[in-house]
Amino acid sequence: MIRLDGHRDRSKFPPREGDGFQVDLDSEKFVKIWHGPNHPGITGNMSLELTISGDEVVDATTHVGYLHRGFEKLMERRRYIQCFPIVCRICVPEPDFNEYCFAAAVEELAGVEVPDSALWLRTLVLEMARLTSYLMWLGGQAGAFGMGVIGQWLTYHRDLVLDRFEELTGGRIYHMYILPGGVRNRLPEGFDQRMLAVLRGIEDVMADVDQALFHNAVFRKRAEGLGVIPRDWVDPYGITGPNARAAGAARDVRRDMPYLKYPELEFEPVIHHQSDAFGRADLRRRDLLLTVDLIRQILSRMPRSGSFMARLPNVLHWQVPPGETYVRSECTRGEYGYYLVSDGSGYPRRVNVRGPSYTHAIALLEKLLPGTNIADVAGLAVSLHTYPPEIER
Amino acid sequence: MDRQTRLIERIRAVAPELSTDVLEFRRPDLVFMDVEKDVLVALLTRLRNEGGFTHLVLLTAVDWIEDKVFQLTYLIHNPEEGVDLGARVKLDRDLPVMRSLHHLWPTAATYQRELKEMFGIDFPGSPRLDRPLILEGWEGPPPYRRDFDTLRYAEETYFPRPGRSTIDPEAHMRERRYPDNGGGNDQA
Repeated sequence: MIRLDGHRDRSKFPPREGDGFQVDLDSEKFVKIWHGPNHPGITGNMSLELTISGDEVVDATTHVGYLHRGFEKLMERRRYIQCFPIVCRICVPEPDFNEYCFAAAVEELAGVEVPDSALWLRTLVLEMARLTSYLMWLGGQAGAFGMGVIGQWLTYHRDLVLDRFEELTGGRIYHMYILPGGVRNRLPEGFDQRMLAVLRGIEDVMADVDQALFHNAVFRKRAEGLGVIPRDWVDPYGITGPNARAAGAARDVRRDMPYLKYPELEFEPVIHHQSDAFGRADLRRRDLLLTVDLIRQILSRMPRSGSFMARLPNVLHWQVPPGETYVRSECTRGEYGYYLVSDGSGYPRRVNVRGPSYTHAIALLEKLLPGTNIADVAGLAVSLHTYPPEIER
Repeated sequence: MDRQTRLIERIRAVAPELSTDVLEFRRPDLVFMDVEKDVLVALLTRLRNEGGFTHLVLLTAVDWIEDKVFQLTYLIHNPEEGVDLGARVKLDRDLPVMRSLHHLWPTAATYQRELKEMFGIDFPGSPRLDRPLILEGWEGPPPYRRDFDTLRYAEETYFPRPGRSTIDPEAHMRERRYPDNGGGNDQA
């Protein structure tokens, strides 16, 4: 972070806060700029309306709405099985959490028992999705601080994981693999060996990333002290996932409210006590390595036979009993949940998606940005790990 | 003690006047209950401050148009016990006004802004309530209400569009494949 205290002579700066603080654009002390909708800070389209004084942000407003497709409303006019190919579109880089949450909510309301084999396959796919998302994020965080080559290394390895997704599900980005009742396919022949080879490659490249990024003086200087989230903001601002764990809150849905096969896996959530952009990056690096370990555990323990799909009624006439439920999972960015209301007809009455970006990118980002140097805005926005489509479902 | 018992104990300790009959358990760690509109904010304040329900998971609305009510669902989470509570409030659909919660959770302001835009539910005093969150320049009824017809809206807004013509696929293919036959089907 470029230290703002470095501007020792502040006589020419307008006051930053307090009684004298007032954004008067006619005073020629402030400039308003639009950062976005396409910029290095965000995967997707989201605008930041920044008020700048010199090179320092004094006010920030988040603007979303560039990706609104009305998913929640679309689903009210579709049968449950028709919703399943829609939900993955709500979050492009990690669609599987949407598929899992939607499927689990429908199964809970309909009372469908999912076969054991399918639960293991779902756990595997969710962890693979976490891996791809973290690889993409780490490249983005390095890129926001000017180290684009690290993004190229990691994108290569992400592609190898996407190859594994392709042979398992047929799709690289949208997998449409987890559907109500189970999953679509079992592991292809030789999948384990190829996946384990990819994991070894990722561990190798992460050792390089550790040297090139986490021991890089430029990255350290710019990321340390940038966007500090105090521990007591975690609850009021609805902060979840790595952002909360970096602030010292030991919360991980995988451990606190276990789902799928996580109770049978051995892991401890990664906690950090340096709640700035550097601490969050370091936490995600360790979480990525934890995911590699979890995938190995899953591959060594999962059963290779048995049904992977429950028997469903005719899905085109499937009426789910009335009721409401909320199902959550720990995605790469925090708590991802689906609130599903059924009125007993063949269509969902209401689907509400709770994405972690909703709280991180609006209330929290607007709170963190004032006082930041404009060169660090993109790095700070990346460090919260935001995907805009889940804000405006 | 299992999660369900602990959840009941937590609610009892904070709100002893509530009868346990109102609790509808969906899972041992998830309970829903109907709350009167006037007592909701006071109840949530007590649950947050004394009951350990410190995390607002979501705030959303369900449109029960046949009963002429909006249902607001406040889902709060207790991280210590790992339990969730969904408080449901019924609002009159003709005059949907609810007290704001932004003083308890600053993020509630975003949820309330979205509910105002998408359902037309008013939360007086909530910050930036009238500034559009997603739908800039939207004129018309709140689109997430049940009586908003998405198909009709799409047809009125996007069709017909200047420069776009509609082609009947069957006639088009017949024209292309059998041009000499005047577009007639000679397979018969």
